[in-house]
Amino acid sequence: MSELLLEVAGLCKDFGGLEAVKDVSFTVHEGQIKALIGPNGAGKTTIFNLLTGVLPPDAGRARFRGRELLGMPSHRVAALGIGRTFQTSQLFDQMTVLENVMVGHHLQGSATMLSAALRLFGAGAEERRYREVAMEALARAGLMDLAGRQAAALSIGQRRMVEVARALAAEPQLLLMDEPAAGLNMRETERLAETIQRIRDSGVTILLVEHDMSLVMSVAEEILVLDRGEPLAEGTPEEIRSDERVLAAYLGEVTD
Amino acid sequence: MARRRRAEKIQLVLFFTAVALLPLVVRNAYYLHILTVVGLNLILATGLNLLMGYAGQVSLGHAAFYGIGAYASGILTATYGWNPWLAMLAAIVITSAVAWLVGKPTLHLKGHYLAMATLGVGIIVSVVIRQWSEMTGGPQGLMNIPSITLAGWELRSDMDVHYFYFVWGWGCLLSVLFSNLVASRPGRALRALHDSELAAETLGVDTAAFKVRAFVISAAYASIAGTLYAHSSMRFLSPTPFDFHKSIALLVMVVLGGQGTLWGPVLGAATITFIEEVLRPYADYDIIAYGLLLMFMMVVMPGGVARALGSLADWLRERIARRSGERDE
Repeated sequence: MSELLLEVAGLCKDFGGLEAVKDVSFTVHEGQIKALIGPNGAGKTTIFNLLTGVLPPDAGRARFRGRELLGMPSHRVAALGIGRTFQTSQLFDQMTVLENVMVGHHLQGSATMLSAALRLFGAGAEERRYREVAMEALARAGLMDLAGRQAAALSIGQRRMVEVARALAAEPQLLLMDEPAAGLNMRETERLAETIQRIRDSGVTILLVEHDMSLVMSVAEEILVLDRGEPLAEGTPEEIRSDERVLAAYLGEVTD
Repeated sequence: MARRRRAEKIQLVLFFTAVALLPLVVRNAYYLHILTVVGLNLILATGLNLLMGYAGQVSLGHAAFYGIGAYASGILTATYGWNPWLAMLAAIVITSAVAWLVGKPTLHLKGHYLAMATLGVGIIVSVVIRQWSEMTGGPQGLMNIPSITLAGWELRSDMDVHYFYFVWGWGCLLSVLFSNLVASRPGRALRALHDSELAAETLGVDTAAFKVRAFVISAAYASIAGTLYAHSSMRFLSPTPFDFHKSIALLVMVVLGGQGTLWGPVLGAATITFIEEVLRPYADYDIIAYGLLLMFMMVVMPGGVARALGSLADWLRERIARRSGERDE
């Protein structure tokens, strides 16, 4: 097995009596596409929020290449190499697509407020470089023609693709994708599956939260099923497909 | 985008060249004085625009930083005999430090805590200026502030043209620095966190730190305007120009002109300076005018005049393009 990238152990989160995440443990290995699935309210997005410092956990550990993530502010988690996309896309609506992707490069840049302000009417070679890198990222994602468009004017499908391109611009080692197929039609979902595989092939490990079973079954190599905050089953798509507990959780309790 | 940036640079050059030529046309000392006040307000509004239009935070006591800048350099020069330029620098440091102390704890919290904290700062500074008479001269005012000299020129308000160029020189410099800043990596980070703090954080932007920096810079801008004011205004400072009314006037300038735009501060500063002058005889009623103006802007053009003009220009350009397209067929 390839190297261990993320190791989550005993993760717990309680929302005023509602146990959203109950003692969840799992691992993600380098180069893997792993999926977290489960019915609504299973705690999938909460796990992402705990891992990326959006919410404080009640208990547990989460080590990324051996470094503890929990308790770190979001921007430090990002600096370690963990990128993220959102269930309801969080594009910077007032900015163009190109500028959105340029913000993705924030961590690679170095211009400070002082150095930027004192550039006077100078050439701004650094700005040009940022723009070129962002253009390349858009080209790779096949979004070149959207570069100058205002983010607010994009369709849902386009927004998702731009969000992915933006997250990749930060050059993450691990990309957390929160329901990337939500709101996409069948053709877009197929394209998304290809994109996810291509991202993995470029060396980025992927942890996916998804409702769309066809997408999960086609791209994921390993699946963790959650139900009401608790791990229910873990295995390959084949194993999960034939797991009775999973079927019960999805289709309702089998009464005898 | 690169094209837009170039267009902005050209606009800036044209605008400040036009301003530089104004004294050739405007010979009347009173009008020149008003235009100089527009320059001071431009500096204040530009700083506040960085905070409101880019970092998405509101300061309800920005006149306090204006006041700290004015009184710090006034006291250091009049009472302690410092060189005005040194005093200006010291005032910037003091003002920035106060802003940092206020911003650091409040900007790490989500929500509009900065607005409340700055409201408090505004009241405290206003009270201190009035009560700490040994230092500030209290309501009687601080007298005998020396004028500032630049390359042998003595710059005073009774030397209208000198003072006009001095203030607008600073206005030009600070506008250019501002336009550079917002079109750069940190500027983008600010605009990003304005749209989605969550997404900006997950891309590695330390949103709290960026907000604190934007706030400190906006306070430093106010401090510079304060120093410029202190060394001009009949070499005398009184507490009234730095009270709550001024904070509200600055807020209205930014909202009216258009938050997050390059030309908003210019339009806002010019309009509000004019209103301030017209309403001077009715002193306390200006606040009613500002209230009505704010409501009007929120309902009719929440993006401000600069954005409304921008969309009007786009619409006209499109129409003309369509017309000429039709003619070609």
